[in-house]
Amino acid sequence: MSNTQLKKTALNEVHRKQGGKMVDFGGWDMPVQYPAGTIAEHLAIRTGAGMFDVSHMGEIAIKGPQALDLVQHLTCNDASKLADQQIQYTGLMTPNGCFVDDILVHRFAADHYFLCVNASNSDKDFDWIKSNAANFDAEVTNLSANYSQLAIQGPRALEVMQPLTDVDLSAIKYYWFTTGHVDGVPAIIARTGYTGEDGVEIYFDPSESERLWNKIIEAGQPQGLIPCGLASRNTLRLEAKMALYGHEIDDTTTVLEADLAWCCKLAKGDFIGRDRLVQQKETGLTRKLIGFEVADKGIARDGYPAFIGDQQVGHVTSGSPAPFLKKNIGLAYLPIEHTAIGTKFEIDVRGRRLAAEVVPTPFYKRSRQ
Amino acid sequence: MASYPDNLHYTKDHEWIRVEGDTGTIGITDFAQEQLGDVVHVDLPRVGESFDAHAHFGEIESVKTFSELFTPVSGEILEINEALSDAPELVNSEPYGGGWMIKIKLANAGQVDSLLNASEYEDFVESQTEE
Repeated sequence: MSNTQLKKTALNEVHRKQGGKMVDFGGWDMPVQYPAGTIAEHLAIRTGAGMFDVSHMGEIAIKGPQALDLVQHLTCNDASKLADQQIQYTGLMTPNGCFVDDILVHRFAADHYFLCVNASNSDKDFDWIKSNAANFDAEVTNLSANYSQLAIQGPRALEVMQPLTDVDLSAIKYYWFTTGHVDGVPAIIARTGYTGEDGVEIYFDPSESERLWNKIIEAGQPQGLIPCGLASRNTLRLEAKMALYGHEIDDTTTVLEADLAWCCKLAKGDFIGRDRLVQQKETGLTRKLIGFEVADKGIARDGYPAFIGDQQVGHVTSGSPAPFLKKNIGLAYLPIEHTAIGTKFEIDVRGRRLAAEVVPTPFYKRSRQ
Repeated sequence: MASYPDNLHYTKDHEWIRVEGDTGTIGITDFAQEQLGDVVHVDLPRVGESFDAHAHFGEIESVKTFSELFTPVSGEILEINEALSDAPELVNSEPYGGGWMIKIKLANAGQVDSLLNASEYEDFVESQTEE
């Protein structure tokens, strides 16, 4: 196989040994599915537990007296609201109010932030942050090679992980983190995920990857934990209507168009892209991201055009069967006048028009205790 | 590893056909179902329709992709596998058994001779996956 040019996580050999089907995922050689298959992996995480290797994700540290000022300058959410050990979803903004990337900001301290960024964007993000940091007393470091990251997700994920760690996982609130040990390995333990389910994401030294992976697989057997691939990660995040860079969001979609106004805090003060967003808020949006269900039998996939009458009005950004909901769902940008819940439109599926309807999102929402 | 029974004939489009008298039973190979991943829908023709060899007769959708289906030989559809409408996953679990798709009345039995046997198909698959 001519995979030598692809990047590999520390678990690459483990994935191959354990039957992961490997594909080129944004330049990384990653498992798209394990032998259980995408549907079984998806359902394991909705009903029990599953684990992903997400070590391809990037990590960037921002430290120094003006670390907060730099984060505030770069992002659209209000990082000043964060307490130590709290996490925020936000956008790294272009001057047009679009996305360089969508990221998680972890606050270790008032002068220390830890960013988790998309794998395929990590070098671009690092360069972008560096190029905008000149006027700030803050040090930006690319730590991507220093961490493996595992996502253990599902209603029983904490039950799997609690016996392996010295921290009280139930005391970590959703979108908070702590530092501790997992099976003796120092780790950042964050109650986050990209599945719409409860769970943790842990960051630790790559040298411990194989041992921890196998330990968690073994520990999770009673809870039905299975290793999962990126295809089920995609269907899970789609059911939960979480954006995927390169699909729902990129450097041509604004945070408001992407229906992410909840993480866009125009009142926090100036930041890159704010002027455009203020203007767009005043003049109103011309298009917006919506969720849809396909009424007819058939699957609208990424990139398929959306029609109202004879006019193409948009396209599907992500479309798939939803394994838990057992519907065919998707996300699409539509002109603002066609975005009301219940609006009917059509999607061209390889020359066939399928009826679709704008529905409330997220498609799936877990019940929280 | 994928398996390829010796009693079947194969195409480079990854269909198989099992010939009994003048009837051919057609499905997709173990390799094809592995490539597709979990199958969620199979769109099949109606009984009585006729197809030329290598004609498009249907479509198969998995969670992450879709593929067109082509008949290995010419003939008329005698039967379709109704079970697949409720249990499309049979294509994954039993590609050569319960996951069959159509039965066709062979218009020209000689066409089968031009198809691949199991070891030829296996070599073809290996040539496709090695780069």
